[in-house]
Amino acid sequence: MSGTILTFFNGLSLGSILLLIALGLAITFGLMKVINMAHGELIMIGAYVTYVIQSIFLKYVPESFFDLYFLLSIPIAFLIAAGVGILLEVSLIQFLYKRPLDSLLATYGVGLMLQQLARSIFGAPNVGVQSPSFLNGGLTIGTLVLPYSRIFILSLSILCLVAIFLYFYRTGNGRRVRAVMQNRQMAECLGVQTRKVDLVTFAIGSGFAGIAGCALTLLGPIGPTIGTYYIIDAFMVVVVGGVGALVGAVIGAFGIGFFNTVFEYFTSATIGKVLVFMLIIAFLQLRPSGLVSSRSRALDE
Amino acid sequence: MGKMLSQSMFNRKILILLCFVLLLLAPLFLSDFRLNLLGKYLAFAILVIGLDLLWGYTGVLSLGHGIFFGIGAYAMGMYLKLEASGNKLPDFMAWSGMESLPLLWMPFQNPFLAIILGIFIPIILAMFLGLLTFRNRINGVYFTILSQALVVVVVTLFVGQQGLTGGTNGLTSFKTIFGFSLSSPTTQTVIYLITAVVLAIIYLGSKKLINGRLGQVLIGIRDGENRLRFLGYDPAIFKTFIYALSAGIAGLAGMLFVLQVGIISPTMMGIIPSIEMVLWVALGGRGTLIGPILGAILVNGAKTTFSESYPDIWLYFLGLMFVMVVVFLPDGLMGLFKKFQGRWSNLHAKQPNRARVEKYYS
Repeated sequence: MSGTILTFFNGLSLGSILLLIALGLAITFGLMKVINMAHGELIMIGAYVTYVIQSIFLKYVPESFFDLYFLLSIPIAFLIAAGVGILLEVSLIQFLYKRPLDSLLATYGVGLMLQQLARSIFGAPNVGVQSPSFLNGGLTIGTLVLPYSRIFILSLSILCLVAIFLYFYRTGNGRRVRAVMQNRQMAECLGVQTRKVDLVTFAIGSGFAGIAGCALTLLGPIGPTIGTYYIIDAFMVVVVGGVGALVGAVIGAFGIGFFNTVFEYFTSATIGKVLVFMLIIAFLQLRPSGLVSSRSRALDE
Repeated sequence: MGKMLSQSMFNRKILILLCFVLLLLAPLFLSDFRLNLLGKYLAFAILVIGLDLLWGYTGVLSLGHGIFFGIGAYAMGMYLKLEASGNKLPDFMAWSGMESLPLLWMPFQNPFLAIILGIFIPIILAMFLGLLTFRNRINGVYFTILSQALVVVVVTLFVGQQGLTGGTNGLTSFKTIFGFSLSSPTTQTVIYLITAVVLAIIYLGSKKLINGRLGQVLIGIRDGENRLRFLGYDPAIFKTFIYALSAGIAGLAGMLFVLQVGIISPTMMGIIPSIEMVLWVALGGRGTLIGPILGAILVNGAKTTFSESYPDIWLYFLGLMFVMVVVFLPDGLMGLFKKFQGRWSNLHAKQPNRARVEKYYS
């Protein structure tokens, strides 16, 4: 019984991490049909920002305030990743709209460069980030211990989800973003500044990658390739979830996270991955365009 | 006068034939070490033709060709490993506590069966994935992502099954093939020549395929899949066919690779190698057959020189090349070449340029 609950919780936890990563991807992909392969490196940037802030706190700030570093690093990681995202959009991606495969390759190139940059600055070995003290230990339920850090990540991803939901469905800017997603030309005709919408949305998507990176520091040491490890699963979330609505990403993330953990529990880590992949392929036989897809009569979507 | 000069300068057939003859004569003037490197590049060039058929001509981008390459290489490696251990248990299996040869390895005792399997396992895997995705019209970036997920899955599988595949170390320390020592220069020269001939055969075959009806259909799929569908063709079948074909070619290239390099491990078929292969095609010029071959040889030559002296810079360089090629050279080096060729003949020809007319009226 306790094993079942633990597996369930682990699945939930993995799902929340995937969701945090995939949220940004789903936004940028849904809006611009651009697969940003450098998304994983934006995560890495967020993680290293946390590491740097932590190091600064260790050195210059009295110990009693040390825990504050984490709360501070979440918004800073968001801002820095968003800034890098803006830079990327302005300098590269905006020239590659309507060439999705090319933008995929170009962003991959950027990702490789960022990885190597991190390796040059911080060194190839992984660096550890000391978790804030209030996230050490765990919640004890009977014989089970659910780590606070994982509960924190779960709540963080739900918080981000709510924030994105409010932004998309309750603000004027969000309405414009959805309008551009559904029909770019028509939105443009009605006076929506699509360029501005693209830029802001891309920045937000990148910023959430930064937050995801910040969260990943709680789970273990971080390295230059930390993004690559999660990014493919996050892409699968987008493929499974579809790009029509946030619901797709949520179900996709928790679905993949849950099945991954369950399969790994019953078989081994490697066989589990294979099974999840097969499951995704099988699922796509039923819903080729993902769980939730915006209906459109256009031929090439 | 100028026109004749440009014609003879750019006479493709003669130029390519000359290059091929030069490749065949390479053992005479290259050291064993350089020849081995060139052979490796040629193996990559074989793979890249297949990838170009898929991406350059059909418009389907696969980021997972490292897998097919790797499976071919592993098939050959398994045979070599068995021959090296005298059909007894290979050393790494004993280390991971196996007692008898696993069933999976049995067919690879026979070299011919190993060669056939090295080509057909990739084909079957590609057909499986291709049919299941293309039939449902999972296209473009979605397929690309799935093909990359395939890489992750297969690599984790190969790393995880230590006892069956040698884990992260892969397969190495081969000794002989058909009884000939792999380390002798003569054997290596013969393998090099075989590689060059296979490259020529694959090149000519692909050229025939592209110039035929099938090639026109493939280009049609790339440029207007829906139009083709309305004309009564089923793009899924064609795409699956070309995907499987290019996977088979990749398997073949993998086999020739392992014979010359003497090691195959999961890192050689992972995400980064798979995407590097795409760069070779992009740099050389997708949609041309000779471009990707040039791209493969050039990039690998650069990689060998660069990563010998500055291993750190290589990834920067690789990333930068991706960005540069995509933004500034979408048609690759061949596109650049054609542009100059066009300017050259424009300078010397007074009659109206047909290409320009077509551009404005089509």
